[in-house]
Amino acid sequence: MREIFCAEMIKAFAKKPFVFLTGDLGFKALEPLREVMKDHFINAGIAEQNMVSTAAGIAKTGLSVFCYSISPFIYARPFEQIRNDICLHNLPVTLIGNGGGYGYGVMGATHHALEDYGSLLCLQNMHAFIPAFDFDIGAMISRISDLNKPAFLRLGLAQKTAEISYAKWRKVLDGDLGVLIVTGSIASNLLYDFQSEEAGGRPTIWVLGELPLFDDFPQELAQEISNKKLCVLEEHVAQGGIGQMIAAKILAKNIALKSFLHLHAQGYISGFYGSQNFHRQESQLTKEAVISAFKLN
Amino acid sequence: MIFPELQKQARLRLLKMHFEAKVGHIGGNLSSLDAILYLHHNIMQKEDHFILSKGHAAGALYIALWSVGKISDEQLLTFHKDQTKLAGHPVPNWIAEIPFATGSLGHGLGLACGMSLGNKLQKKEGRIFCLMSDGEWQEGSNFEALVFLNHQQLKNVTVIIDCNGLQGFGTTEEIASLNLKKLHEIFAVFNFESPLSLRDTETRHESRPALRGSPPRISMGNTGFEITEINGHEEADLKKLSRASNRPQIFLMKTIKGHGISFMKNQMQWHYLPLNDELYNKAKKEIENL
Repeated sequence: MREIFCAEMIKAFAKKPFVFLTGDLGFKALEPLREVMKDHFINAGIAEQNMVSTAAGIAKTGLSVFCYSISPFIYARPFEQIRNDICLHNLPVTLIGNGGGYGYGVMGATHHALEDYGSLLCLQNMHAFIPAFDFDIGAMISRISDLNKPAFLRLGLAQKTAEISYAKWRKVLDGDLGVLIVTGSIASNLLYDFQSEEAGGRPTIWVLGELPLFDDFPQELAQEISNKKLCVLEEHVAQGGIGQMIAAKILAKNIALKSFLHLHAQGYISGFYGSQNFHRQESQLTKEAVISAFKLN
Repeated sequence: MIFPELQKQARLRLLKMHFEAKVGHIGGNLSSLDAILYLHHNIMQKEDHFILSKGHAAGALYIALWSVGKISDEQLLTFHKDQTKLAGHPVPNWIAEIPFATGSLGHGLGLACGMSLGNKLQKKEGRIFCLMSDGEWQEGSNFEALVFLNHQQLKNVTVIIDCNGLQGFGTTEEIASLNLKKLHEIFAVFNFESPLSLRDTETRHESRPALRGSPPRISMGNTGFEITEINGHEEADLKKLSRASNRPQIFLMKTIKGHGISFMKNQMQWHYLPLNDELYNKAKKEIENL
Protein backbone atom coordinates (compact mmCIF):
# COMPACT_ATOMS: atom_id res chain seq x y z
CA MET A 1 0.00 0.00 0.00
CA ARG A 2 2.96 2.38 0.54
CA GLU A 3 3.40 3.38 -3.10
CA ILE A 4 -0.30 4.09 -3.51
CA PHE A 5 -0.32 5.88 -0.20
CA CYS A 6 2.54 8.10 -1.41
CA ALA A 7 0.74 8.90 -4.68
CA GLU A 8 -2.51 9.72 -2.85
CA MET A 9 -0.69 11.94 -0.34
CA ILE A 10 0.82 13.90 -3.23
CA LYS A 11 -2.69 14.46 -4.59
CA ALA A 12 -3.98 15.49 -1.16
CA PHE A 13 -1.10 17.94 -0.63
CA ALA A 14 -1.94 19.62 -3.92
CA LYS A 15 -5.49 20.21 -2.65
CA LYS A 16 -4.61 21.41 0.85
CA PRO A 17 -1.12 21.75 2.37
CA PHE A 18 -0.27 19.74 5.45
CA VAL A 19 2.89 18.72 7.27
CA PHE A 20 4.31 15.22 7.00
CA LEU A 21 6.62 13.94 9.74
CA THR A 22 8.42 10.63 9.40
CA GLY A 23 10.29 8.80 12.10
CA ASP A 24 13.20 8.18 9.74
CA LEU A 25 11.24 5.70 7.61
CA GLY A 26 9.97 5.69 4.04
CA PHE A 27 13.08 4.66 2.09
CA LYS A 28 12.15 3.65 -1.49
CA ALA A 29 8.55 4.68 -0.92
CA LEU A 30 8.18 8.28 0.22
CA GLU A 31 10.88 10.03 -1.81
CA PRO A 32 8.36 11.40 -4.36
CA LEU A 33 6.30 12.88 -1.54
CA ARG A 34 9.40 14.48 -0.03
CA GLU A 35 10.22 16.03 -3.39
CA VAL A 36 6.78 17.57 -3.72
CA MET A 37 6.32 18.70 -0.13
CA LYS A 38 9.76 20.24 0.32
CA ASP A 39 9.95 21.98 3.70
CA HIS A 40 6.58 20.53 4.76
CA PHE A 41 8.13 17.04 4.74
CA ILE A 42 10.29 16.62 7.81
CA ASN A 43 12.31 13.66 8.95
CA ALA A 44 11.84 13.99 12.70
CA GLY A 45 14.46 11.33 13.35
CA ILE A 46 14.32 8.26 15.53
CA ALA A 47 12.41 10.04 18.24
CA GLU A 48 8.73 9.14 18.14
CA GLN A 49 7.72 10.79 21.40
CA ASN A 50 9.03 14.11 20.19
CA MET A 51 7.58 13.55 16.72
CA VAL A 52 4.09 13.18 18.16
CA SER A 53 4.38 16.17 20.52
CA THR A 54 5.80 18.24 17.69
CA ALA A 55 2.91 17.17 15.47
CA ALA A 56 0.46 18.37 18.12
CA GLY A 57 2.28 21.69 18.37
CA ILE A 58 2.20 22.17 14.60
CA ALA A 59 -1.49 21.26 14.47
CA LYS A 60 -2.20 23.85 17.16
CA THR A 61 -0.94 26.53 14.78
CA GLY A 62 -3.52 25.55 12.16
CA LEU A 63 -1.92 22.92 9.92
CA SER A 64 -2.97 19.30 9.81
CA VAL A 65 -0.18 16.79 10.28
CA PHE A 66 0.57 13.21 9.26
CA CYS A 67 3.10 11.18 11.30
CA TYR A 68 4.53 8.08 9.72
CA SER A 69 6.39 5.09 11.10
CA ILE A 70 6.32 1.32 11.43
CA SER A 71 3.08 0.73 13.24
CA PRO A 72 4.17 -0.16 16.80
CA PHE A 73 6.62 2.73 16.83
CA ILE A 74 3.82 5.18 16.15
CA TYR A 75 1.07 3.89 18.47
CA ALA A 76 2.86 2.12 21.32
CA ARG A 77 6.10 4.01 21.90
CA PRO A 78 4.56 7.52 22.10
CA PHE A 79 1.21 6.48 23.60
CA GLU A 80 1.14 9.19 26.27
CA GLN A 81 2.00 11.88 23.73
CA ILE A 82 -0.89 10.65 21.56
CA ARG A 83 -3.21 10.66 24.56
CA ASN A 84 -2.26 14.01 26.10
CA ASP A 85 -0.98 16.12 23.25
CA ILE A 86 -3.15 15.04 20.33
CA CYS A 87 -6.32 13.41 21.61
CA LEU A 88 -7.12 15.56 24.64
CA HIS A 89 -6.86 18.59 22.37
CA ASN A 90 -8.76 16.97 19.49
CA LEU A 91 -6.06 18.02 17.03
CA PRO A 92 -5.93 17.02 13.36
CA VAL A 93 -2.96 14.69 13.54
CA THR A 94 -3.05 11.40 11.68
CA LEU A 95 -0.79 8.58 12.77
CA ILE A 96 0.14 6.30 9.91
CA GLY A 97 1.21 2.87 11.02
CA ASN A 98 2.82 0.79 8.33
CA GLY A 99 2.53 -2.98 8.73
CA GLY A 100 -0.76 -3.56 10.53
CA GLY A 101 -1.19 -6.92 12.26
CA TYR A 102 1.58 -9.37 11.41
CA GLY A 103 2.55 -7.21 8.42
CA TYR A 104 6.25 -7.15 9.21
CA GLY A 105 6.25 -10.98 9.32
CA VAL A 106 9.57 -12.52 10.12
CA MET A 107 11.04 -9.16 11.15
CA GLY A 108 9.75 -10.24 14.54
CA ALA A 109 7.27 -9.53 17.28
CA THR A 110 8.60 -6.03 18.07
CA HIS A 111 7.50 -4.94 14.60
CA HIS A 112 3.99 -6.42 14.74
CA ALA A 113 0.88 -4.37 15.50
CA LEU A 114 -1.67 -6.67 17.06
CA GLU A 115 -3.32 -4.16 19.41
CA ASP A 116 -3.02 -0.90 17.48
CA TYR A 117 -6.57 0.28 16.78
CA GLY A 118 -7.90 -1.32 19.96
CA SER A 119 -5.55 0.62 22.21
CA LEU A 120 -5.82 3.86 20.23
CA LEU A 121 -9.60 3.81 20.19
CA CYS A 122 -9.62 3.93 23.99
CA LEU A 123 -8.40 7.52 23.62
CA GLN A 124 -10.64 10.57 23.38
CA ASN A 125 -11.60 11.71 19.86
CA MET A 126 -9.56 9.04 18.06
CA HIS A 127 -10.73 7.49 14.77
CA ALA A 128 -9.18 4.53 12.99
CA PHE A 129 -9.09 3.92 9.25
CA ILE A 130 -8.25 0.38 8.18
CA PRO A 131 -7.96 -0.05 4.43
CA ALA A 132 -8.73 -3.47 3.04
CA PHE A 133 -7.67 -2.71 -0.54
CA ASP A 134 -5.12 -0.43 -2.15
CA PHE A 135 -7.91 1.58 -3.75
CA ASP A 136 -9.32 2.43 -0.31
CA ILE A 137 -6.36 4.67 0.51
CA GLY A 138 -7.37 7.70 -1.55
CA ALA A 139 -10.92 7.70 -0.18
CA MET A 140 -9.64 7.34 3.37
CA ILE A 141 -7.17 10.21 3.05
CA SER A 142 -10.04 12.35 1.81
CA ARG A 143 -12.19 11.31 4.74
CA ILE A 144 -9.37 11.96 7.20
CA SER A 145 -8.90 15.41 5.73
CA ASP A 146 -12.62 16.19 6.07
CA LEU A 147 -12.73 14.76 9.58
CA ASN A 148 -9.99 17.13 10.86
CA LYS A 149 -9.55 15.17 14.09
CA PRO A 150 -7.10 12.67 15.57
CA ALA A 151 -6.86 9.62 13.32
CA PHE A 152 -4.95 6.42 12.81
CA LEU A 153 -4.39 4.91 9.37
CA ARG A 154 -3.34 1.26 9.38
CA LEU A 155 -1.41 0.31 6.26
CA GLY A 156 -0.87 -3.28 5.19
CA LEU A 157 -0.16 -5.40 2.16
CA ALA A 158 -3.29 -6.05 0.13
CA GLN A 159 -4.10 -8.67 -2.48
CA LYS A 160 -4.97 -7.14 -5.86
CA THR A 161 -8.68 -7.38 -6.61
CA ALA A 162 -11.21 -5.70 -8.88
CA GLU A 163 -12.00 -2.20 -7.64
CA ILE A 164 -14.94 -1.77 -5.26
CA SER A 165 -16.02 1.75 -4.23
CA TYR A 166 -15.19 2.68 -0.69
CA ALA A 167 -17.70 2.85 2.15
CA LYS A 168 -17.29 2.39 5.89
CA TRP A 169 -19.41 -0.77 5.64
CA ARG A 170 -19.32 -2.68 2.35
CA LYS A 171 -20.73 -5.98 1.23
CA VAL A 172 -18.11 -7.36 -1.16
CA LEU A 173 -19.35 -10.93 -1.72
CA ASP A 174 -22.57 -12.93 -1.42
CA GLY A 175 -22.61 -16.50 -0.13
CA ASP A 176 -24.65 -19.07 1.73
CA LEU A 177 -22.20 -20.29 4.35
CA GLY A 178 -22.97 -17.52 6.82
CA VAL A 179 -21.89 -13.91 7.22
CA LEU A 180 -18.24 -12.90 7.63
CA ILE A 181 -17.31 -9.41 8.79
CA VAL A 182 -13.65 -8.59 8.33
CA THR A 183 -11.39 -5.55 8.60
CA GLY A 184 -7.97 -4.71 7.23
CA SER A 185 -5.91 -5.98 4.33
CA ILE A 186 -6.67 -9.60 5.20
CA ALA A 187 -10.13 -8.86 3.75
CA SER A 188 -8.55 -8.62 0.30
CA ASN A 189 -6.95 -12.05 0.73
CA LEU A 190 -10.17 -13.66 1.93
CA LEU A 191 -12.19 -12.07 -0.86
CA TYR A 192 -9.68 -13.31 -3.40
CA ASP A 193 -9.73 -16.82 -1.91
CA PHE A 194 -13.51 -17.12 -1.58
CA GLN A 195 -14.39 -15.61 -4.96
CA SER A 196 -13.66 -18.86 -6.75
CA GLU A 197 -15.93 -20.92 -4.47
CA GLU A 198 -19.56 -21.78 -5.21
CA ALA A 199 -22.17 -19.85 -3.20
CA GLY A 200 -22.67 -22.79 -0.85
CA GLY A 201 -18.98 -22.90 -0.01
CA ARG A 202 -18.48 -19.24 0.73
CA PRO A 203 -19.86 -16.71 3.18
CA THR A 204 -21.34 -13.33 2.53
CA ILE A 205 -18.43 -10.97 3.22
CA TRP A 206 -18.78 -7.52 4.69
CA VAL A 207 -15.73 -5.28 5.07
CA LEU A 208 -15.52 -2.72 7.84
CA GLY A 209 -13.15 0.20 7.13
CA GLU A 210 -13.53 2.72 9.97
CA LEU A 211 -13.80 2.78 13.71
CA PRO A 212 -15.27 3.46 16.18
CA LEU A 213 -18.70 2.12 15.41
CA PHE A 214 -21.36 4.75 15.83
CA ASP A 215 -25.06 4.34 15.22
CA ASP A 216 -24.27 3.29 11.69
CA PHE A 217 -24.68 -0.48 11.77
CA PRO A 218 -26.20 -1.14 8.33
CA GLN A 219 -29.82 -2.25 8.32
CA GLU A 220 -29.07 -4.63 5.46
CA LEU A 221 -26.34 -6.29 7.53
CA ALA A 222 -28.62 -6.48 10.57
CA GLN A 223 -31.18 -8.36 8.48
CA GLU A 224 -28.58 -10.62 6.92
CA ILE A 225 -27.15 -11.82 10.21
CA SER A 226 -30.50 -12.28 11.91
CA ASN A 227 -30.76 -15.97 12.93
CA LYS A 228 -27.61 -16.72 10.93
CA LYS A 229 -24.07 -17.69 11.75
CA LEU A 230 -21.83 -14.65 12.07
CA CYS A 231 -18.06 -14.79 12.01
CA VAL A 232 -15.92 -11.72 12.72
CA LEU A 233 -12.30 -11.92 11.64
CA GLU A 234 -9.45 -9.48 12.29
CA GLU A 235 -5.66 -9.44 12.43
CA HIS A 236 -5.78 -7.90 15.90
CA VAL A 237 -6.07 -9.36 19.38
CA ALA A 238 -9.56 -10.03 20.74
CA GLN A 239 -9.32 -7.33 23.42
CA GLY A 240 -10.39 -4.03 21.90
CA GLY A 241 -10.99 -5.61 18.52
CA ILE A 242 -13.93 -5.29 16.16
CA GLY A 243 -15.30 -8.61 17.41
CA GLN A 244 -16.09 -7.05 20.78
CA MET A 245 -17.41 -3.86 19.22
CA ILE A 246 -19.74 -5.70 16.85
CA ALA A 247 -20.93 -8.07 19.58
CA ALA A 248 -21.88 -5.05 21.71
CA LYS A 249 -23.81 -3.50 18.82
CA ILE A 250 -25.66 -6.75 18.14
CA LEU A 251 -26.66 -7.01 21.79
CA ALA A 252 -27.79 -3.39 21.85
CA LYS A 253 -29.90 -3.96 18.77
CA ASN A 254 -31.39 -7.22 20.09
CA ILE A 255 -30.37 -9.14 16.99
CA ALA A 256 -30.62 -12.89 17.49
CA LEU A 257 -27.85 -14.94 15.89
CA LYS A 258 -27.52 -18.64 15.27
CA SER A 259 -23.92 -18.43 16.38
CA PHE A 260 -21.15 -15.86 16.92
CA LEU A 261 -17.57 -16.70 16.05
CA HIS A 262 -14.54 -14.51 16.48
CA LEU A 263 -11.27 -15.26 14.72
CA HIS A 264 -8.48 -12.95 15.79
CA ALA A 265 -4.73 -12.68 16.25
CA GLN A 266 -3.57 -14.99 19.02
CA GLY A 267 -0.03 -13.75 19.47
CA TYR A 268 2.72 -16.34 19.11
CA ILE A 269 1.18 -19.70 19.84
CA SER A 270 4.07 -21.99 18.91
CA GLY A 271 6.80 -19.61 19.98
CA PHE A 272 8.16 -19.67 16.46
CA TYR A 273 8.22 -16.75 14.05
CA GLY A 274 7.72 -16.45 10.33
CA SER A 275 6.00 -14.61 7.52
CA GLN A 276 2.70 -12.79 7.83
CA ASN A 277 1.03 -15.88 6.37
CA PHE A 278 2.73 -18.13 8.91
CA HIS A 279 1.28 -16.09 11.77
CA ARG A 280 -2.12 -15.81 10.10
CA GLN A 281 -2.26 -19.58 9.83
CA GLU A 282 -1.23 -20.05 13.45
CA SER A 283 -4.04 -17.71 14.49
CA GLN A 284 -6.58 -19.43 12.23
CA LEU A 285 -6.99 -16.34 10.07
CA THR A 286 -7.48 -18.24 6.82
CA LYS A 287 -10.17 -19.26 4.40
CA GLU A 288 -10.00 -22.84 5.68
CA ALA A 289 -10.41 -21.73 9.28
CA VAL A 290 -13.44 -19.63 8.35
CA ILE A 291 -15.09 -22.56 6.54
CA SER A 292 -14.36 -24.87 9.41
CA ALA A 293 -15.70 -22.39 11.97
CA PHE A 294 -18.96 -22.01 10.08
CA LYS A 295 -19.35 -25.77 9.67
CA LEU A 296 -18.61 -26.65 13.28
CA ASN A 297 -20.78 -23.97 14.90
CA MET B 1 2.10 48.57 39.10
CA ILE B 2 5.82 48.25 39.73
CA PHE B 3 7.10 44.69 39.54
CA PRO B 4 7.94 44.20 43.25
CA GLU B 5 4.39 45.20 44.18
CA LEU B 6 2.99 42.91 41.51
CA GLN B 7 5.11 40.06 42.88
CA LYS B 8 3.77 40.71 46.37
CA GLN B 9 0.12 40.86 45.33
CA ALA B 10 0.45 37.76 43.16
CA ARG B 11 2.16 35.81 45.91
CA LEU B 12 -0.59 36.72 48.38
CA ARG B 13 -3.31 35.70 45.93
CA LEU B 14 -1.55 32.43 45.15
CA LEU B 15 -1.29 31.54 48.82
CA LYS B 16 -4.92 32.45 49.46
CA MET B 17 -6.05 30.31 46.55
CA HIS B 18 -4.05 27.30 47.68
CA PHE B 19 -5.05 27.79 51.31
CA GLU B 20 -8.76 28.01 50.51
CA ALA B 21 -8.56 24.97 48.26
CA LYS B 22 -6.43 23.12 50.85
CA VAL B 23 -3.97 21.93 48.23
CA GLY B 24 -0.20 21.74 47.99
CA HIS B 25 2.34 22.21 45.19
CA ILE B 26 2.97 25.64 46.70
CA GLY B 27 6.79 25.41 46.74
CA GLY B 28 7.17 24.83 43.00
CA ASN B 29 4.56 27.49 42.25
CA LEU B 30 6.51 30.05 44.23
CA SER B 31 9.75 29.21 42.44
CA SER B 32 8.10 29.82 39.06
CA LEU B 33 5.70 32.63 39.86
CA ASP B 34 8.02 35.59 39.31
CA ALA B 35 9.12 34.44 35.86
CA ILE B 36 5.58 33.63 34.71
CA LEU B 37 4.39 36.99 35.95
CA TYR B 38 7.22 38.88 34.32
CA LEU B 39 6.68 37.13 31.00
CA HIS B 40 2.95 37.86 30.94
CA HIS B 41 3.26 41.48 32.06
CA ASN B 42 6.46 42.68 30.46
CA ILE B 43 7.54 40.44 27.61
CA MET B 44 4.89 38.43 25.82
CA GLN B 45 3.14 39.98 22.85
CA LYS B 46 -0.22 39.00 21.39
CA GLU B 47 1.31 36.56 18.92
CA ASP B 48 3.49 34.81 21.55
CA HIS B 49 2.61 31.58 23.36
CA PHE B 50 3.49 30.20 26.76
CA ILE B 51 3.62 26.46 27.47
CA LEU B 52 3.80 25.39 31.09
CA SER B 53 5.67 22.12 30.79
CA LYS B 54 5.90 21.88 34.60
CA GLY B 55 2.12 21.63 34.83
CA HIS B 56 2.23 21.33 38.63
CA ALA B 57 2.89 25.10 38.68
CA ALA B 58 -0.64 25.61 37.36
CA GLY B 59 -1.50 27.85 40.32
CA ALA B 60 1.23 30.31 39.37
CA LEU B 61 -0.03 30.39 35.79
CA TYR B 62 -3.65 30.95 36.89
CA ILE B 63 -2.52 33.82 39.11
CA ALA B 64 -0.47 35.38 36.32
CA LEU B 65 -3.42 35.13 33.93
CA TRP B 66 -5.69 36.58 36.61
CA SER B 67 -3.28 39.46 37.05
CA VAL B 68 -3.48 40.30 33.33
CA GLY B 69 -7.28 39.99 33.32
CA LYS B 70 -7.58 36.70 31.45
CA ILE B 71 -9.00 34.79 34.42
CA SER B 72 -11.67 36.33 36.65
CA ASP B 73 -11.92 36.50 40.44
CA GLU B 74 -14.92 34.19 40.24
CA GLN B 75 -12.94 31.64 38.26
CA LEU B 76 -10.10 31.73 40.79
CA LEU B 77 -12.59 30.85 43.52
CA THR B 78 -13.31 27.58 41.73
CA PHE B 79 -9.66 26.43 41.93
CA HIS B 80 -9.52 22.71 42.70
CA LYS B 81 -13.29 22.49 43.23
CA ASP B 82 -15.99 20.65 41.30
CA GLN B 83 -17.18 22.37 38.11
CA THR B 84 -13.86 24.16 37.59
CA LYS B 85 -11.53 24.83 34.67
CA LEU B 86 -8.75 25.51 37.18
CA ALA B 87 -7.68 21.98 38.00
CA GLY B 88 -4.47 21.03 39.76
CA HIS B 89 -2.78 20.77 36.39
CA PRO B 90 -3.93 22.76 33.33
CA VAL B 91 -6.80 21.16 31.41
CA PRO B 92 -7.32 21.50 27.64
CA ASN B 93 -9.51 23.54 25.34
CA TRP B 94 -10.83 26.46 27.34
CA ILE B 95 -8.52 29.47 27.10
CA ALA B 96 -6.09 30.48 24.36
CA GLU B 97 -3.44 31.44 26.90
CA ILE B 98 -3.14 27.79 27.97
CA PRO B 99 -2.57 26.08 24.62
CA PHE B 100 -1.94 22.63 26.09
CA ALA B 101 -3.00 20.51 29.01
CA THR B 102 0.17 19.61 30.87
CA GLY B 103 1.09 17.79 34.03
CA SER B 104 2.92 14.76 32.75
CA LEU B 105 6.50 15.97 32.53
CA GLY B 106 8.50 15.89 29.33
CA HIS B 107 5.85 17.08 26.89
CA GLY B 108 6.23 20.86 26.76
CA LEU B 109 9.44 21.15 24.79
CA GLY B 110 8.21 18.95 21.94
CA LEU B 111 4.98 20.93 21.83
CA ALA B 112 6.95 24.18 21.75
CA CYS B 113 9.05 22.85 18.86
CA GLY B 114 5.86 22.01 16.99
CA MET B 115 4.26 25.41 17.54
CA SER B 116 7.45 27.11 16.45
CA LEU B 117 7.76 24.96 13.35
CA GLY B 118 4.09 25.44 12.47
CA ASN B 119 4.52 29.19 12.72
CA LYS B 120 7.68 29.09 10.67
CA LEU B 121 6.06 27.09 7.87
CA GLN B 122 3.14 29.51 7.77
CA LYS B 123 5.38 32.55 8.12
CA LYS B 124 3.61 33.56 11.32
CA GLU B 125 5.30 35.72 13.91
CA GLY B 126 5.52 34.83 17.56
CA ARG B 127 7.87 33.49 20.19
CA ILE B 128 7.18 30.30 22.09
CA PHE B 129 8.15 30.31 25.76
CA CYS B 130 8.35 26.96 27.49
CA LEU B 131 8.78 26.76 31.26
CA MET B 132 10.21 23.49 32.50
CA SER B 133 11.39 22.15 35.81
CA ASP B 134 14.94 20.98 36.48
CA GLY B 135 13.83 17.53 37.64
CA GLU B 136 11.89 17.24 34.39
CA TRP B 137 15.20 16.79 32.58
CA GLN B 138 15.21 13.19 33.74
CA GLU B 139 12.51 12.54 31.12
CA GLY B 140 14.06 11.13 27.95
CA SER B 141 11.54 12.78 25.64
CA ASN B 142 13.22 16.14 26.40
CA PHE B 143 16.43 14.96 24.83
CA GLU B 144 14.56 13.91 21.70
CA ALA B 145 13.13 17.41 21.59
CA LEU B 146 16.51 18.99 22.27
CA VAL B 147 18.09 17.22 19.30
CA PHE B 148 15.17 18.32 17.11
CA LEU B 149 15.28 21.90 18.39
CA ASN B 150 18.97 22.18 17.65
CA HIS B 151 18.73 20.54 14.24
CA GLN B 152 15.76 22.64 13.14
CA GLN B 153 17.26 25.77 14.75
CA LEU B 154 13.88 27.03 15.88
CA LYS B 155 15.15 30.36 17.04
CA ASN B 156 11.84 31.64 18.34
CA VAL B 157 11.77 28.95 21.05
CA THR B 158 12.81 30.14 24.50
CA VAL B 159 13.22 27.42 27.09
CA ILE B 160 13.19 28.50 30.70
CA ILE B 161 14.24 25.95 33.29
CA ASP B 162 13.15 26.51 36.85
CA CYS B 163 16.21 25.24 38.72
CA ASN B 164 14.99 25.02 42.29
CA GLY B 165 17.03 21.88 42.89
CA LEU B 166 14.24 19.94 44.54
CA GLN B 167 11.94 17.31 43.14
CA GLY B 168 9.31 14.88 44.38
CA PHE B 169 11.35 12.77 46.76
CA GLY B 170 14.75 14.41 47.14
CA THR B 171 17.10 16.88 45.49
CA THR B 172 17.96 16.72 41.81
CA GLU B 173 21.55 16.07 42.89
CA GLU B 174 20.63 13.11 45.10
CA ILE B 175 18.33 11.52 42.59
CA ALA B 176 19.94 12.21 39.23
CA SER B 177 23.28 13.97 39.83
CA LEU B 178 21.77 17.00 38.15
CA ASN B 179 22.10 20.64 39.07
CA LEU B 180 22.14 23.94 37.20
CA LYS B 181 25.83 23.68 36.32
CA LYS B 182 25.48 20.14 34.99
CA LEU B 183 22.42 21.06 32.94
CA HIS B 184 24.46 23.91 31.48
CA GLU B 185 27.16 21.45 30.48
CA ILE B 186 24.61 19.12 28.90
CA PHE B 187 23.10 21.88 26.77
CA ALA B 188 26.51 23.20 25.77
CA VAL B 189 27.25 19.82 24.19
CA PHE B 190 24.64 20.61 21.57
CA ASN B 191 26.74 23.42 20.21
CA PHE B 192 27.27 21.73 16.86
CA GLU B 193 26.37 22.91 13.43
CA SER B 194 23.03 22.08 11.90
CA PRO B 195 22.82 22.11 8.10
CA LEU B 196 19.48 23.87 8.48
CA SER B 197 21.09 26.71 10.39
CA LEU B 198 23.66 27.13 7.66
CA ARG B 199 20.92 27.24 5.08
CA ASP B 200 18.97 29.80 7.06
CA THR B 201 21.69 32.36 7.50
CA GLU B 202 24.22 34.21 5.49
CA THR B 203 26.53 34.32 8.47
CA ARG B 204 28.93 31.43 8.29
CA HIS B 205 30.54 30.03 11.37
CA GLU B 206 34.20 30.53 11.71
CA SER B 207 35.17 27.10 12.85
CA ARG B 208 38.81 26.62 13.54
CA PRO B 209 40.29 23.18 13.00
CA ALA B 210 39.65 21.27 16.19
CA LEU B 211 42.55 20.13 18.26
CA ARG B 212 42.67 16.39 18.56
CA GLY B 213 40.14 15.28 21.17
CA SER B 214 38.62 18.69 21.74
CA PRO B 215 35.35 19.98 20.34
CA PRO B 216 35.43 22.39 17.39
CA ARG B 217 35.54 25.98 18.53
CA ILE B 218 32.82 28.12 17.09
CA SER B 219 33.54 31.79 17.28
CA MET B 220 30.03 32.94 16.44
CA GLY B 221 26.99 31.83 14.55
CA ASN B 222 23.70 30.07 14.60
CA THR B 223 24.48 26.72 16.10
CA GLY B 224 23.38 25.03 19.25
CA PHE B 225 21.66 27.10 21.86
CA GLU B 226 22.21 30.42 23.49
CA ILE B 227 22.49 29.46 27.15
CA THR B 228 22.05 32.07 29.87
CA GLU B 229 21.98 31.72 33.64
CA ILE B 230 19.67 34.08 35.47
CA ASN B 231 18.19 34.58 38.90
CA GLY B 232 14.50 33.76 38.61
CA HIS B 233 13.45 36.19 41.32
CA GLU B 234 15.36 39.32 40.24
CA GLU B 235 13.65 41.75 37.89
CA ALA B 236 16.96 42.80 36.33
CA ASP B 237 17.65 39.18 35.38
CA LEU B 238 14.11 38.39 34.26
CA LYS B 239 14.41 41.24 31.75
CA LYS B 240 16.93 39.11 29.88
CA LEU B 241 14.08 36.77 28.86
CA SER B 242 12.97 39.45 26.41
CA ARG B 243 16.14 39.21 24.38
CA ALA B 244 15.80 37.97 20.81
CA SER B 245 18.45 35.67 19.42
CA ASN B 246 19.41 33.98 16.18
CA ARG B 247 19.42 30.66 18.05
CA PRO B 248 16.99 28.83 20.33
CA GLN B 249 17.56 30.12 23.84
CA ILE B 250 17.83 28.22 27.08
CA PHE B 251 17.59 30.14 30.33
CA LEU B 252 18.81 28.27 33.38
CA MET B 253 16.88 30.08 36.02
CA LYS B 254 18.19 29.77 39.56
CA THR B 255 15.18 29.79 41.87
CA ILE B 256 14.16 28.94 45.39
CA LYS B 257 11.41 26.46 46.07
CA GLY B 258 8.96 28.21 48.36
CA HIS B 259 10.51 31.58 47.55
CA GLY B 260 9.37 34.47 49.76
CA ILE B 261 8.20 32.39 52.72
CA SER B 262 10.83 31.57 55.32
CA PHE B 263 9.53 28.21 56.49
CA MET B 264 9.00 26.94 52.93
CA LYS B 265 12.35 27.97 51.52
CA ASN B 266 14.12 24.97 49.97
CA GLN B 267 11.94 22.55 51.93
CA MET B 268 10.90 19.53 49.90
CA GLN B 269 7.68 18.93 51.85
CA TRP B 270 6.22 22.09 50.34
CA HIS B 271 6.08 20.28 47.04
CA TYR B 272 3.07 18.56 48.58
CA LEU B 273 1.72 20.09 51.78
CA PRO B 274 -1.31 22.35 52.03
CA LEU B 275 -1.27 25.28 54.48
CA ASN B 276 -3.08 25.15 57.81
CA ASP B 277 -4.57 28.34 59.38
CA GLU B 278 -1.53 29.12 61.49
CA LEU B 279 1.02 28.73 58.73
CA TYR B 280 -1.14 30.57 56.22
CA ASN B 281 -1.35 33.59 58.51
CA LYS B 282 2.38 33.44 59.17
CA ALA B 283 3.15 33.29 55.44
CA LYS B 284 0.70 36.09 54.70
CA LYS B 285 2.33 38.34 57.28
CA GLU B 286 5.79 37.65 55.92
CA ILE B 287 4.72 38.69 52.44
CA GLU B 288 2.78 41.75 53.63
CA ASN B 289 5.80 42.94 55.58
CA LEU B 290 8.14 42.74 52.60
